[in-house]
Formats: sequence, structure tokens, C-alpha cells
Amino acid sequence: MTQRGSGHVTRRAAFLRGYLDCAPFILIVAPYSMMFGVVAREAGLDVVQVMAMSVLVIAGASQFTALALLQDNAPVFVALLGALVVNLRMAMYSAALVPHLGHARFGVRALMAYLMVDQAFAVAVRTYEDRPEMMPGEKVAYYFGCMMLICPFWYGFTFLGAVVGQAIPPSYSLDFAVPVCFIALTAPLLRSGPHVLAAFVAGIASLLFAWVPWSLGLVIAALLGLVAGAQAELFLRRQKPETEA
Amino acid sequence: MIAEADFWLLTILLGTGTFLIRFSFLGLFGGRTLPDWALLHLKYVGVAVFPALFMPLVVWPEATAGETDPIRVIAALAAFGIGLRFGVIWSIMAGMGALYALQYLLPAF
Repeated sequence: MTQRGSGHVTRRAAFLRGYLDCAPFILIVAPYSMMFGVVAREAGLDVVQVMAMSVLVIAGASQFTALALLQDNAPVFVALLGALVVNLRMAMYSAALVPHLGHARFGVRALMAYLMVDQAFAVAVRTYEDRPEMMPGEKVAYYFGCMMLICPFWYGFTFLGAVVGQAIPPSYSLDFAVPVCFIALTAPLLRSGPHVLAAFVAGIASLLFAWVPWSLGLVIAALLGLVAGAQAELFLRRQKPETEA
Repeated sequence: MIAEADFWLLTILLGTGTFLIRFSFLGLFGGRTLPDWALLHLKYVGVAVFPALFMPLVVWPEATAGETDPIRVIAALAAFGIGLRFGVIWSIMAGMGALYALQYLLPAF
């Protein structure tokens, strides 16, 4: 990796920028992780178990899934499979991050993988696309900036939820914070016709394939959406031969 | 109740499996470049995964036992519309704000 005199400073600035860009997600991560703490305690886990799950897995949607399936007396391997399928989307994130972060050392990549969550992924990829002039080192620093904000809140509020638990009445409808979060993440990504088409196809397909067991409908819908987006982009490129570039 | 042994087996396997999913491409292809067709499709990952996650949650919320709730649909539209123009934080506030406001105004739902 090339080291420039200003490299250290720009990396620090990139870290801070990531930290600030992800700040709004505290609004979501705090209640969401707290909700997991509450629900897990209600399912009969003790505080150590709740924290162990949040630290080892850090993937809320799959934790809720695993918990719900175990409570339904599903065999462990069914609960495991269902929860893992929910996380399959992150294989796509992992691939999408390769062009930006693939240059980092093995250990750093492992740490980045552990910390990979939806919000930080969405914010980081948008920034990388908006600012193609970013240096590889800056991209890594930016990624860690995003995650260093979210991760402590995830642990802390899971703990708080597990301890103070039952104090949050269901009338606050905190369950709705989850879809709202994903809507808020999607809207700024809709920057072109193909992006809109991808989102539309994936959204409709998720409803049509909701019956598929073990959350596989999500994976099918996402794949259909991203193929639709890519094909639409290819189609537009053929219609309008490169005049710029 | 969830059996202690089941819980720990599941948590350890889920933690390991989730890490391997996250590490998959980043670990395997580190430093290498991906073919153009892959890069083209990867651009649309976020924009395809997120709607697939939120659409069923909006249309068939668990809190209403899967019944479509007009208040939640309107709140979702508010979050979306505001998000298009003003970005993430306003989108979240608009969505939750609309939900609370409508639940307060229309307690029948």
C-alpha cells in the first residue's frame, strides 16, 4: 500500500465522516437492539445468554428468527437454517464490498466481516459510489467509522433491554422501526431508472414469494430485483451508445 | 422455555455461520477484481434486498397478526416519500411520526 504524507490525516477524517454519516441510525439501532433484549428475556433467556447471542451473531433479524423458531420447538438445525437464510443477504454485501475493501489485510477483512450490518453497508456503498476519488485506505477507515458507532450501541442497548425489559409497552409500536429503517435506507439509493426497477421488482416479488419456507422468499426476491436492475442498465446502455465517457 | 443446551448449540453455530457468510466474498476474493458482469449486478444489491425485507413487514405486520394496517401503510409511504427528498434521518422521523400521529388520531385501528 502506498503511504503518503497526508495519508494518516485523510484516514482519520474518513473515519470521522463515517462515524457522523451513520449517526442517524442510533435512532434505529437503539430501540431495535433493546427490543431484542426484551423479547429474548421474555423467551426465557438469561442476561448472559442474551448478550452472548448479540455479541456472537450481531444480526438482529436472524436473532429474532432463531429465537422465534426455538420457541416454537423447532429442532435446532431448522432454527439455524432459518436464521442463516435471513443472513444470506450479507453474502451479497460481502461481494459488493470487495471492489472497495478487498485490498485490506486478511485480519482487517475478517474484522470488517464480523462488523458487517445493513445500515453501515448501505451508507458505505453509497459514499464509495458518490466519491470515486476516495483512496483505498480512506474507504477502510470510513467503513470502520460507520461500524464503530453502531456496534457499541448494539451491545449496550441489548443489555439495557435485557435488564429493564418489560418496561416498554407494546403501544409504542417499536416493531415498525424495523421496516421504517429499511425504507429510509432504500429511498436515497433510488438514483436511476434501473435502481427504481430493481427495488420495485424485489418489493413485489417479496410479497409473491412470502409463502416460501425458511425466509427463502427474501433471497429469491432480492435476486430477481438485482437481475432486473442490471438488465435494465444493460438495456439502457444499448439504447444510448456511450456519448460521454 | 428454551433448553440451555439447544440455545448454546444454536448460538455458536449461528455465530460461526453468520461470520462465514459475511466473510465469504471479502475473504475469498480479497485484493482480486471481480468480472464486469458481477460488478454490474452487485450495484443493485442494497436496492433489491431492502425492499424485499420491508415490504412483507409493512403489508403484513406481525404486531397486527399479519392483518394489513392502513396506518402502517400510510406511515411507510410517508417515510418513503420524505426519504426520497430529504434523506435517512428525516425519513425515519416521518415514518415513526406519521405512525404515532395516526394512531393517536384514529384510535379505532
